[in-house]
Amino acid sequence: MSPRAACQLERFGFEQVYDYVVGIADWKAAGLPIEGESSDAQLVSEATRPDVPTARPDELLGTVHDRVTDSGWEEALVIEGDGVVVGRLRTTAWQQDGNLPVSQVMELGPTTVRPNGLLEPLVNRMEKRGTTLVTVTTPQGVLIGVLLRTEAQRIITGEAPEQVWVNCDGCPGRWKAR
Amino acid sequence: MMADIDRQTLLDLIDTGVQIVDVLPEREFQSGHIPGAVNIPLKKLNVQTTSVLQRDEPVVVY
Repeated sequence: MSPRAACQLERFGFEQVYDYVVGIADWKAAGLPIEGESSDAQLVSEATRPDVPTARPDELLGTVHDRVTDSGWEEALVIEGDGVVVGRLRTTAWQQDGNLPVSQVMELGPTTVRPNGLLEPLVNRMEKRGTTLVTVTTPQGVLIGVLLRTEAQRIITGEAPEQVWVNCDGCPGRWKAR
Repeated sequence: MMADIDRQTLLDLIDTGVQIVDVLPEREFQSGHIPGAVNIPLKKLNVQTTSVLQRDEPVVVY
């Protein structure tokens, strides 16, 4: 069924069409979560924190460092005016000259994930790779927040989060430090 | 461009952002589908029903 659908989509003008031929049966067989009547799938959005500090590329590193320290975080994401993530300031960035612009120090093109991705497989891959933080964006690259592996693991295991949940219209995950 | 993919490739695509279309009948879709997938049954797949999707963004069909 899906090969026919893939051909049709290509004919309709879709530029990148992928056919997951083995489909939902393969997905279920692998024990991956599903949505639907019997679903309990946890998504990346459930563990996304939007309160990560941000910086502009033309800001001075020292100014940003002060702001990040005051906020209680150790890292910051660099965004353009439209909110698109262009870089990341890891803890090692703070060792650089505070008079340098952020653009000269930031790590370019950090890895990003989407909020509708599956939480548990992502956290498992993060653990395997030793990744502690991943950036969550829209498909267009606009920042939504970050996912911290340790917090996500607490959510998966059902432990109480160390943060307080704050409701926010249109935001899938809103967290605020206690 | 069109390509067959396996589960791992699908998981990688989900991480980076992809549209997922379930073309199974609505009843089967309701009973369980890949998170984030939209249901457009094969019999209803046409230019109009796919207008909710971005043509210049990757799309996975199953």
